[in-house]
Amino acid sequence: MNITDELYQQVILEHNRHPVHFHTLGDATHKAEGFNPLCGDRYWVYVRVDEKDLIDDVSFTGNGCAISKASLSIMTEAILGKSIEYTKDLFGRFHELVQGNSDDADELGELAVFGGVAKYPARVKCAALGWHTLMGALNRSQDSVCTE
Amino acid sequence: MTGTLARVDQDFPALAQTIHGQYPLVYLDNAATTFKARPVIAALNRYYSQESANIHRGVHTLSQLATERYEAARATVQTFIGAEQVEDIIFTSGTTAAINMVAQGFVRKRLSPGDEILITEMEHHSNIVPWQMLREQTGAQLKVAPINDLGEVRLDAFAEMLSPRTKMVSIGYVSNALGTINPVKQMVALAHRIGAPVLVDAAQAVATIPVNVTDLDCDFLAFSGHKIFGPTGTGVLYGKQAILEQMDPVFGGGDMILSVTFEKTVYNHIPYRFEPGTPHIAGVIGLGAAIDYVTRIGMETIAAHDRKLARLAAERLSTIPGVRLIGEAADKTSIASFVLEHAHPHDIGTILDNHGVAIRAGHHCAQPVMQHFGVEATARASFSLYNTERDIDRLMEAVLKVKEVFV
Repeated sequence: MNITDELYQQVILEHNRHPVHFHTLGDATHKAEGFNPLCGDRYWVYVRVDEKDLIDDVSFTGNGCAISKASLSIMTEAILGKSIEYTKDLFGRFHELVQGNSDDADELGELAVFGGVAKYPARVKCAALGWHTLMGALNRSQDSVCTE
Repeated sequence: MTGTLARVDQDFPALAQTIHGQYPLVYLDNAATTFKARPVIAALNRYYSQESANIHRGVHTLSQLATERYEAARATVQTFIGAEQVEDIIFTSGTTAAINMVAQGFVRKRLSPGDEILITEMEHHSNIVPWQMLREQTGAQLKVAPINDLGEVRLDAFAEMLSPRTKMVSIGYVSNALGTINPVKQMVALAHRIGAPVLVDAAQAVATIPVNVTDLDCDFLAFSGHKIFGPTGTGVLYGKQAILEQMDPVFGGGDMILSVTFEKTVYNHIPYRFEPGTPHIAGVIGLGAAIDYVTRIGMETIAAHDRKLARLAAERLSTIPGVRLIGEAADKTSIASFVLEHAHPHDIGTILDNHGVAIRAGHHCAQPVMQHFGVEATARASFSLYNTERDIDRLMEAVLKVKEVFV
């Protein structure tokens, strides 16, 4: 596989073209905006958490590069129906993956396609933007997350 | 006395490398910074390895030599930009420092609430933010002359926005995001009709078109060394003598004074009062070497070359379905900014890099320009004297690869 195909795997291209859960969520219990001022990528993440601390529904809107958009799309699939605790742990493992420090990439399911990002330090922030925004929403600590 | 651009690539050692172990580098990010010419590197090397001494204060041989070389660079800049006298040339750390010096040292004390500073919509952030800071400090207004959809300043609107309240006009010569060459001489004349002084931000102009401050009649002009094949951390502020005499130093320190007691300090003469502390001596000497280098080739030769490559790149890119050129001014040079349907500029930049082609993707520190064209970012190929038509072939091949990925 050449270096371009290694980064832009078909799964990423498909989620970029046709992102899932790509809409607003009227009854969200948590939401946050994520912005990368360097490239102008900007997203909103919406989460509805139920009384058992499970992510009952999740969605996103916004625009940016293929890496950031696909990452958000795949993230929403990975956390739907999962607990907040699981989600935070998954974020940690995803972060290790894109930093090139992961040894359990196979256990990350579809998220593993972002392993190629580790070779592009300038693009790690693209892959992580959605996750940082999600954490901002869940922690309710801030309404806007900036990756610079 | 113009030279030739044949074999000019031999003068830039950084060009001779491969990317990802297989692609010969095509460097098309010259609007961000230019590569350094061999004489520049040699000048830095000579200063650091042999002639390493401080300036303006030593009686010993090396200090005198360093002082001579530093002051020779000042004379080189004076001749290069057509300044009347060598004292009109102030060395700074770059264009940004120069604009801030003018804002704080010259303009600030002349502003009252309601006074106006006029810039254009296509300015680099470094010609926006210093004036916004001044606005906060003084209560003055910041006025912005709009651009049209080709990326040209609307001269009629610019003229209308000039008023007796206009206390400063600051305009870019060549847009770093679009490549537009502004009719600066005409804009200076318009501003002078109502008595407003004009600063020209020539950061993007100085390596790509001939710049002459006497012909422009501008009051200030700023540029950076690193965009004209010189060292980073160097720059020039030109000012007319009568104007510089009205400017206060923003930084105090050594070398900018004639005498200091605790009661009173007497400032040094112009330009030294604006160069406090030990400057980037090696860098300034290197900048002098860079200017000598382009002067040997001839700015007219370079200007014709850069203009031709920008036009050719725009023509060829526009043949690719889905490409939209950003900035199509009648008078433009050295830059081809574009977006591509279905592919974000950062993805274009990464895939081009995967094929050894270095471009810039982003807002180019000119977010208002991006907003005008309704984009968050563009992909920008920027050309310099060592680029060739073959580089545009490589750019085209790589953009077509992007199309393959993002069908």
